[in-house]
Amino acid sequence: MNGETSRREFLAGAAAGLGLGAIITVRPAHATPQEMQEAIRKIVGSAPVTKGRVKLELPPLSENGNTVPLTVSVESAMTPAEHVRAIHVFTELNPQPEVVTFRLGPRAGRARVSTRIRLANTQTVTAIGELSDGSFWSATAAVVVTLAACLEDA
Amino acid sequence: MSGRARRLPIALSIVALTGVSFAAEIPLAERRSGYELMSQETRAMQDDDTANPGMLGVLEGGALWARKAGAAGRACADCHGDARQSMKGVAARYPAYDAALKRPVNLEQRINVCRTERQQAPTLAYESRELLALTAYVARQSRGMPIDITADARTQPFLDGGRAAFYRRQGQLNLACSQCHDDQWGRKLAGNVIPQAHPTGYPVYRLEWQSLGSLQRRLRNCLVGIRAEPYEYGAPELVDLELFLMWRARGMAIETPAVRP
Amino acid sequence: MANALINVPDRARRGEIIEIKTLISHPMETGYRRSQLGARIPRDIVRLFVCTYNGTEVFRAELHPAIAANPFFVFSTVATESGTLAFQWTGDNGFSATETATITVD
Repeated sequence: MNGETSRREFLAGAAAGLGLGAIITVRPAHATPQEMQEAIRKIVGSAPVTKGRVKLELPPLSENGNTVPLTVSVESAMTPAEHVRAIHVFTELNPQPEVVTFRLGPRAGRARVSTRIRLANTQTVTAIGELSDGSFWSATAAVVVTLAACLEDA
Repeated sequence: MSGRARRLPIALSIVALTGVSFAAEIPLAERRSGYELMSQETRAMQDDDTANPGMLGVLEGGALWARKAGAAGRACADCHGDARQSMKGVAARYPAYDAALKRPVNLEQRINVCRTERQQAPTLAYESRELLALTAYVARQSRGMPIDITADARTQPFLDGGRAAFYRRQGQLNLACSQCHDDQWGRKLAGNVIPQAHPTGYPVYRLEWQSLGSLQRRLRNCLVGIRAEPYEYGAPELVDLELFLMWRARGMAIETPAVRP
Repeated sequence: MANALINVPDRARRGEIIEIKTLISHPMETGYRRSQLGARIPRDIVRLFVCTYNGTEVFRAELHPAIAANPFFVFSTVATESGTLAFQWTGDNGFSATETATITVD
């Protein structure tokens, strides 16, 4: 190996020597609230988004950001005439704003979906409900994310 | 060091300074599984077999149980039949003394003894998907049963070795397991609740790992956390500590596959 | 073949809203993690989950890396007729998995 050691390799070697965790000397990029607004704009276009009708259930304190249970529901009779077409979930501080899009329809019976998401930081999650009449509704929920106390040497 | 990594040694050294050797064992009646210290959401994840990610490992273990392996072309099922009967209570008794090896072995090692001696198959690597799945499947058959480890003349020296390790200060942070898990359980360490450290649910689906993992993986994780050189997987020191921890949790119910943060 | 856990009621009354739970084994590697020497670990996720009921799509999820490992979904559908619910997951690196469940609707 030539005499020059890159700073990253030196830090990684020093970290390994101290028995510190294997993960990253550089923090991963994260999106901004502005990028989240742009991602939402791509879905809704110029239509207004009204707070309401959407309920977003997340624990206010999450023990581990790797797996945070989420339930989102939208008030709707779910008839062919009036139903939820889609639910979109976004975050403001994850590396990218999009989390998931659920596509529903009258056959769903009720507009209520649960899943588990990753949250990189303490932040606010936003859910947008898209109705069959073209209107958009939203709700937000703030989650405090705690991280594991000890990093693991992989 | 990131902000998070910087806070931890400070938090731990405060514990180390103020945690003047209490070394007080938790009274048997005051023992609590880590389950009771988790959030409601994480408990719900463990309680629902249709939602518990550890159950994916149990499912896979069931398939492996029935699959023929090795030069002998034998499946676990060929000797042990239906695991729901034959494996009931087994995990609750491990680590158990192995007469041939003249020392206790844990469940993973026991499975590998069967692999090599009965199936003439190569051992499964520690923390491999297959070994975790098989161990989870076997341990799941003891779910709800009390941990049944008693010390006898043969296991006592190994139990004592594990106990000594639990109470010994080690690592760059010079901390003993007991200082957190006997003396400070229920309090917070960098935002996480410190459990009493009873291995009731292993292999456990740990949210931090996003997968199943063994007790040895967790112990090595702790050793790294106090800046000690972790023992290799399968090391006798780790098995002795497993034996002590299971004995310390005697009478508590097996929860495999548990979910932990 | 990936491991999956599906929970669908065996039977239901016509018109009843039934709850379906699905859990599939998949690491959902985000593409944002780095190895010890700084090399990025490539993204490897499930991108799409579709549920069909006797061939008609009744639920779809478009996943991004922020869906946790071993993707889990709970959703509902109206029990319209007896038949088969089919579940399909597709993703990066040609990932594809299918599971089915039958339901009796009276």
